Amino acid sequence: MNTMTILMTIVSTTLIYASPLIFTSLGGTFSERGGIVNVGLEGIMVIGAFASTVFSISFNETFGAATPWLALIVGGICGLLFSIVHAVATVNLRANHIISGTVLNMLAPAAAVFLTKVIYDGKGQTPIIQQNMSTTDIPLLSKIPVIGDIFFSNTLVIGWIGILLAFASWWVLYKTRFGLRLRSVGENPEAADTLGISVYKMRYSAVLISGMLGGIGGAIMSQAITLNYNVSTIAGQGFMALAAMIFGKWNPIGAMFAALFFGFAQSLSIVGAYIPIISGWNDVVFKVAPYLITIVVLAFFIGKSTAPKADGETFIKSK
Amino acid sequence: MSKNWKSRLSIPLISILAGFVLGAIIMLCLGYDPIMTYEALFTGAWGDPNSIGETLRQATPLILTGLGFSVATSAGFFNIGGAGQYLVGWLSSIWFVLSFPSLPGVVLITGAIAAGAIAGGIWSGIAGVLRAYLKTNEVITTIMLNYIALYLSNWIVKSFLANGDADYSKSIPQSASLRSPFLMELTNNSTFHYGLFIAIVIAIIMAFVMKKTTVGYEIRSIGLNSDASKYAGMSTKKVIILAMTLSGLLAGIGGAVDGIGNYQNILVLASTPSVGFDGLAVALLAYGNPIGIVFASLLFASLKIGGLNIPVVSNTPSEIVDIVIALIIFFVGASYLFEYISKKMKTNKSKGGKA
Amino acid sequence: MQSNFDQASCAIELKHMTKAFGDFKANNDINLKIKKGQIHALLGENGAGKSTMMNVLSGLYQPTSGDVFVNGEKVAMTSSKDANNLGIGMVHQHFMLVDDFTVIENIVLGAEPTKAAGILNLKQARQKIMDLSEKYHLEIDPDAKVRDISVGMQQRVEILKLLYRDANILIFDEPTAVLTPSEITELMAIMKEMVQEGKSIILITHKLDEIKEVADECTVIRRGQIIGSVLVKNSSEQQLADMMVGREVSFKTDKTKSKPGEAVLKIENLSVKDSQKVERVKNLSFNVRAGEVLGIAGVDGNGQSELVQAISGLEKSSSGSITLDNQNITNLKVRKVTEAGLGHIPEDRQRFGLILPMTVSENIALQSYYCKPDSAHGVLKYNYMNEHARHLIEQFDIRTSSEKSETGALSGGNQQKVIIAREVERNPKLLIAANPTRGLDVGAIEYIHKRLVDQRDKGNGVLLVSFSLDEILNVSDRILVMHNGENMGIVEASRTSEQELGLMMAGTPLDKIKKSKRKVADK
Repeated sequence: MNTMTILMTIVSTTLIYASPLIFTSLGGTFSERGGIVNVGLEGIMVIGAFASTVFSISFNETFGAATPWLALIVGGICGLLFSIVHAVATVNLRANHIISGTVLNMLAPAAAVFLTKVIYDGKGQTPIIQQNMSTTDIPLLSKIPVIGDIFFSNTLVIGWIGILLAFASWWVLYKTRFGLRLRSVGENPEAADTLGISVYKMRYSAVLISGMLGGIGGAIMSQAITLNYNVSTIAGQGFMALAAMIFGKWNPIGAMFAALFFGFAQSLSIVGAYIPIISGWNDVVFKVAPYLITIVVLAFFIGKSTAPKADGETFIKSK
Repeated sequence: MSKNWKSRLSIPLISILAGFVLGAIIMLCLGYDPIMTYEALFTGAWGDPNSIGETLRQATPLILTGLGFSVATSAGFFNIGGAGQYLVGWLSSIWFVLSFPSLPGVVLITGAIAAGAIAGGIWSGIAGVLRAYLKTNEVITTIMLNYIALYLSNWIVKSFLANGDADYSKSIPQSASLRSPFLMELTNNSTFHYGLFIAIVIAIIMAFVMKKTTVGYEIRSIGLNSDASKYAGMSTKKVIILAMTLSGLLAGIGGAVDGIGNYQNILVLASTPSVGFDGLAVALLAYGNPIGIVFASLLFASLKIGGLNIPVVSNTPSEIVDIVIALIIFFVGASYLFEYISKKMKTNKSKGGKA
Repeated sequence: MQSNFDQASCAIELKHMTKAFGDFKANNDINLKIKKGQIHALLGENGAGKSTMMNVLSGLYQPTSGDVFVNGEKVAMTSSKDANNLGIGMVHQHFMLVDDFTVIENIVLGAEPTKAAGILNLKQARQKIMDLSEKYHLEIDPDAKVRDISVGMQQRVEILKLLYRDANILIFDEPTAVLTPSEITELMAIMKEMVQEGKSIILITHKLDEIKEVADECTVIRRGQIIGSVLVKNSSEQQLADMMVGREVSFKTDKTKSKPGEAVLKIENLSVKDSQKVERVKNLSFNVRAGEVLGIAGVDGNGQSELVQAISGLEKSSSGSITLDNQNITNLKVRKVTEAGLGHIPEDRQRFGLILPMTVSENIALQSYYCKPDSAHGVLKYNYMNEHARHLIEQFDIRTSSEKSETGALSGGNQQKVIIAREVERNPKLLIAANPTRGLDVGAIEYIHKRLVDQRDKGNGVLLVSFSLDEILNVSDRILVMHNGENMGIVEASRTSEQELGLMMAGTPLDKIKKSKRKVADK
C-alpha cells in the first residue's frame, strides 16, 4: 500500500470505530456533568444495537435506504427508555450509581438475547441487516484535493455528525441555560436547590440524554460494523466510551478526541501491518493501549477536581 | 440479635421474591409459562446428581469472586475488576501447571492456586496503590484492568500456551486437576471438583478474618468511618492497599480453582468472564457476609445451571434467568423502594386509624 | 389598624411559629419582629434553633404551626423560589457556590437572562452585576472561577447573588466565621450601607463585637425558644456577653483546689495551617501541668480545632514544637502520640470518636485493639473485649442493653460515655476534651465534668476546649482564651469573670484589659 492509501484507510477506519464511542461518550459526559455516574453505558449500547437491528430487519423494505438512519433514531429512543431504569434507581430510589449501572449492564444483554430468541424463533442472534450504514463520499468536501480524499471520501457520515455533535454538546453545556443548570446539579446540587432549580428534573434529563446518545452509539455498532445483533456485538465499547469521557476530562470535545484516539488505536491494530516501524508490533499493544492510557492519564494527569464535584452523590431534598 | 438477623435477611429475601415475580410477569406478558419455566429451572439445577454436581461446580468460582468483591466493599471500595482478577488467576494457574507439568500433583495444585492468588492480588493491588497514593477512582481503574487482562490473556494463550493456531491452551495433566473419579461417580459424571471445598473453607476463613482479626477490624473500621479510623491511629493507605490486594487475591483463587478444576485449560475469550460480575451480584445480595455469599452463590449457580434446562423443557429463552438475576440486584440496590413502601403503608394505616 | 401599621413597618414577623421534627421542637412558639431598614442580630449557641428558623424564612422548611408575615402580609412559602419572589435571600454559612463556575455564572444561576431558545445572555447580566458591585462596594472578578477566588470574595459573590435577585431582606448566617479581620471590617461597612439603602438584614452570629458594631437590635434564642430582645445601643458588650453565656441550669462541680505539678504538655510557638493553607493557629505557646485542668475558651472557629488536631497528630503543624510528658511529639503519627500518653475526646464524637455501626465493645477497643490483651497474634480476643466492655459499662454507667449493641443505637450522652470510658481508662498523662458536653442533657454534663476533674485529681493534665463559658469556668483551673488563632492571655479560673472572658473572646488581649483597668484605678 502506498502512503496515500494507508492514510485514507487509517482515517476511514478510525472514524468507523470511533463513531459509536463518540456518541456514547458524549452521553456519558451529559450524565456525569449532571452528577449521575453512568457505568451502565455498555448496557445502554446493547439495547441501542439490538433495537436498531430489529427495526432495520423489520422495516428495511418500507424505508429502503433511509432505514439505517431511522434505525439510529429507534436505537436512541430505546436507549433513552432503558436509561429510565438508571434514573429512577439513582435519583428516586437512592441506589448506588455503580450498582444501578451494573444492573443495566447485566440486564441489557440478557434482555436483548431473550428478545432475540422471542422474535427470531429461538435463534441466539438476529439475521444480517439488509440496509447497512456504509461509507460514502461527502458531496463537495470530497472534491477538495488531497484533504478531500483523505478525510471526506469513502467515509462514515455519522462519524462526522458525531464530531459536530461534540461541538454542539459543548455549546449546549456551556452556553445555554439548560447546560448551566445541568452542570450546577452535578457540581453542587444543594446550591442549585437553594436557587430554585429542580435537581431531580435536571438529573433525569442528564441520564435520559445519556440513554439516547448511548443508544445511538450502540445502534451505530450494529448498523455500520457488526451488521447484526448478537451477544458479542457490544463487547466493552461502553466501557471504552466511559474511558474516553474520563480521558477527555468530562468535556464533550475532549471526549470526542479521546474517542477518535481510541478509534485510531483500533484502526492501527488492523492497518498497522502495512505501516513500517509498527508493523512488527503485536496486535495486543493496540488493544490494550486505550485502557492502559486511561489508567495512566487518570492516575497521573487528572486531578480529583476534574470530575464534577457531586458526581455519584445521591441528592436528598430536605423538607 | 434475632431481630437484627431478621431485618438483615429481609431485604435480600424480598428482593429475590420480587425478582422472580417480575420475571414471571415478563414471561406472562410474552406468552410463556412461568410455572413450567421455574419448574424446569429447579429440576435443571437440583433434579438429579449430575445437575447438583454442575450447580455446585458453578457456585465455586462465584463464592470466591463474591468474597473478593465483599472484602473491598467492607473497606469502602468498589472493586469492579473481579472479572479481570479472576482471569489473570485462571491464566496464571494454567500457565504454572503447563510450565512444570512433571511436578507432583500436590505441588502443582498448590502452586497453581498460589500463582492465581498472587496474580489476582497484584492485578487489584495496582488499583489499591493508585487509590491510596493518588486517589485514583478504583471503579475506573478496575474496569480498565478488566480489559487489559482480557487482551493480555488472549495474547498469551495464543502466543505461548496454545498448540499451533488453536484458540485454547493445551490441557493440564490429570495430576494437576481438582476433579476426581470419586466425585464424578458421586455426581453421575458431572464436572464437580474439589474446588467447592476450597471455596467453602476460604469463606469460613474470611468470615473469621473479617470478624475476629485485627486486620478485619481495621478493614471494617475504615469502610464504616475513615475519619474515626484515622483518629484511632490506623494507616488508611496501608489498609486500602491490603484490602484491595486481598480482594483480588480471592478472585484470583477463584480463577485458578475454576481453571484447574473446571476448564482444565484456558481459552481465548470474546469478552470478560461473566463470573466476575456475577460475583459482584452475589456479594451485593449477601450484603458482604461470607457465609451469606456461599448461599447467594448457590442460588445464582442454580439459576445459571437450571437455566440450561429451560429450553429443553419449555420454549422460554434461557436468558430469563439472567434477567431475574439482574432484577434481584436491582431490588437490592434500590432497597429504599421497600423502605418507602413500608413507610407509606404505615402512614396510610395511621391516617386511616385516626379517621 | 394599629397592628396593621406595626406589621407594615416590619420586614418579617413570626407569630407563634413552631417547627417540629417528629417530637422534637426545633423552634417552639417563636414571636419575632424584624424592622425594616435595620440590622437584627440573632444570638444563640449551636443547635439553639437559629438555622431552623432561617430555613423557615428562606422557604426550605415549612412551619408546623404559626404564621409568617413578610412586609405585613401573611405568606406560605413552599420553596426557596417563593422566598426569592418575596425578596428574601440568605447567605449561607457554608457558601452555596459552584466552585467550577465563574463568578457571573454563579450569580445568575437559577435566574439566567437568556436570548431566544434558552441561550445565555451573560452580557446583559454582567452590566447589572457590575452596577450592583459598584453601588455596594462589593468588589469581584466577574470571570474568575469561584474556586480560585478568596473566601472574602466568595462571600461577596453570595451577597451579589441576592442583590441580583432584588432581595430586600438578607439573612447572613455566621458571615464572619471564615473571614480575615480586614475582610470582616469590609463586610460590616457593606452591611451598614445596605441598610442605608433600605434593605433589612438578619445577622446570625455569636461574636459580640460584631453585634455591637453593626446591629440595631439583638434577639437571643436558646433551645428553640426566644429568651429576649434588646436594643444594642442601650446594652454594653458586657451585657451582651452575659446574654450569650446565658443563665442555664447552673451547677457547680465539686472540686478541691488543684495541686499542679510539672508540665505534661508544652506547646511552644506552634503554628498550624488548614487544608486551604490559611494559618489557623498563630505562634501559640502554653503549658498544661500535671494535676490541673486548662480550659481553652473562645468562639467557634478561632483555631481551637486545629490546635487539638495538631496535638493529637491528625494535622501537621507548620512550625513550633509540642512536648508531651517530656517526649517531643511534634508531627508524630496519631498512634505514636496516643502511645506517648494522650487521651482524646474529639469534638465531633460521631464523626471522629466512634464507629457507630460497630458494637460498644468494638468501640471501646478502638485505641487498643492491636495489642494485648485485646488481641494476640492478630486475632481479636472477643471474650476479653466483651468482658472488659461490660466492666466499663458498669463503671462508667453506660446505658446500653448489652456490650454487643450497635453504638449508634445509644443516646448521645451514652455514646460520649463510651468514648470517655475508653480514653480515661488508659489513664493518659494528658486528656484532651473538645466540647465534651455539646448537645448533651444536664445529667450527662454533670457526669462528664466529674470525670474530667477525677482525671486531674489522679495527677494527670486535662486540656478542655469548649465554646461554653459556663463549662470552662466550672471545670478549669486556668483558662486560656483563643481569638483568631492567637493567645489572648491566661487567667486563673477563680480570679476571672465572665465579663473579662467575654472581652477576651471578642479579641481584646488580657494585658490591654488590665491596662484599661489600671487607668480607671489611677483616675
